[in-house]
Amino acid sequence: MAYSDKVMDHFMHPRNVGKIENPDGVGKVGNPVCGDVMAIYIKVKDNIIVDIKFETFGCGAAIATSSMATELVKGKSIEEALKISNTVVAEKLDGLPANKLHCSLLAEQGIKAAIEDYKLRSPNVKAQSSKRE
Amino acid sequence: MSRVIYLDHNATTPTDTRVVEAMGTYFNEQYANPSSIYKFAQEANEAKEIARDKVAQIIGAKPNEIVFTSGGTEADNFAIKGVAFANRNKGNHIITSKIEHPAVLNTCKWLEKQGFEITYIGVDKYGIVDLDELASTITDKTILITIMHANNEIGTIEPISEMTKIAKQKGVYFHTDAVQTVGKITTDVNELGVDLLSLSGHKFYGPKGIGAIYIRKGTKIDSFIHGGHHEYNRRAGTENMPGIVGLGKACEIAIKERETDEKRIKILRDRLYNGIAAAIPDIILNGHPKHRIAGTLNICVKYVEGESMLLNLDLEGIAASSGSACASGSLEPSHVLLAIGVAPELAHGSLRFSMGHNNTEADIDRVIEVLPPIVKKLRAMSPFGK
Ligand code: FES
Repeated sequence: MAYSDKVMDHFMHPRNVGKIENPDGVGKVGNPVCGDVMAIYIKVKDNIIVDIKFETFGCGAAIATSSMATELVKGKSIEEALKISNTVVAEKLDGLPANKLHCSLLAEQGIKAAIEDYKLRSPNVKAQSSKRE
Repeated sequence: MSRVIYLDHNATTPTDTRVVEAMGTYFNEQYANPSSIYKFAQEANEAKEIARDKVAQIIGAKPNEIVFTSGGTEADNFAIKGVAFANRNKGNHIITSKIEHPAVLNTCKWLEKQGFEITYIGVDKYGIVDLDELASTITDKTILITIMHANNEIGTIEPISEMTKIAKQKGVYFHTDAVQTVGKITTDVNELGVDLLSLSGHKFYGPKGIGAIYIRKGTKIDSFIHGGHHEYNRRAGTENMPGIVGLGKACEIAIKERETDEKRIKILRDRLYNGIAAAIPDIILNGHPKHRIAGTLNICVKYVEGESMLLNLDLEGIAASSGSACASGSLEPSHVLLAIGVAPELAHGSLRFSMGHNNTEADIDRVIEVLPPIVKKLRAMSPFGK
């Protein structure tokens, strides 16, 4: 398994691991390819993701991409966060082995699901952001 | 780099230095083609036949029932395809199990495309093939049964001699893939009652790239590789002399040492399991508690994924393997674990440690020391709990 140093760094020292008490949004997604599971918790204030945490049951790539993606998203607005794709996450990690690219989708989907959940929980926010779109 | 704690002997073993030494001569000193007629070549031929005797000896066969191959995979292909095509006029049905090595499973799948019918029979929770199912699936079209002697992932040893009794009654050939047992435990073709058997050198301290097939005298089987008159016209190609001599030497050593080795390795294996089980909650032992090859320990660690454990172990210099989907090229969990009824998410957290010759108590204790914190850390990261 040829993981980059960046991947190994995030895998061994993952950022933002854990749960958030009373989160504003939760996204739980599964990987259809190999069956792994990820949970993303977010705290949102004034449309900014002020805190984010993850729990991942998966391979080295899944854990590293969870860590990197949460780092990228933290402090960003909802709109900016939605723009972060799995390819960006993979690039930031200096690439992933070809058969591990699917793992990075999990993080992207997890974040999207958490934001979705946040919008559902706060309908007026949803109206606001869709107005802007 | 400091020494690797190598716990992946079911994948391959280091070649014994005595084997390497025996092989050395056969590269550029005694390099003759054993088919040639001059004395120099006849010396090579003699060395080849001495090696054949030793291979025959380790499985209780006659030398002329041994054909050298490039390894276990070729031996499996040879046995299954060779019998299938030679006996097509009798029938097109082959029986195998769900837990075979890919060398057998994918050969059978290929034969399906050629018009053969394959039955993949199930196993119990320990991986033992269901004898009743075996007996009831045999039809008058059945020409071959191929069941492994011991499983490479979980180590379970199959009751081959009971199965061959059933096969014999019905006049069906029986092949066993004994790649995981030859050189480790007694594998006598007459005690087992098999007609064909595959073995591989590198699984028991011989070189890679060499193996053999045992073909009981009188077995109807097609030649595998066509060409010159090598190996009784059964497998053409100039012989891999260093490999053959190395395989012979590995057999010679194993005959003498396997019993003491086995005892020592079993103690290490149990030490590892007891140590891990005492330190890590929620683990499951896979494979038969008793009928299992000495060096194999396969466990499922709940709530964590195998590849992430392997990576952590690797950073500690420990080499092991996993049946996790994430750790496999196919991204599918181990077919063996699924066949014994392990749920896919549990198979995800499987770890296999396979011990051998060079392992010491200190190696085992090191794993017992580093694995629990690794699991703890990964479980803390897992959405499934603690
Ligand atoms: S999460 Fe399964 S392969 Fe990466």
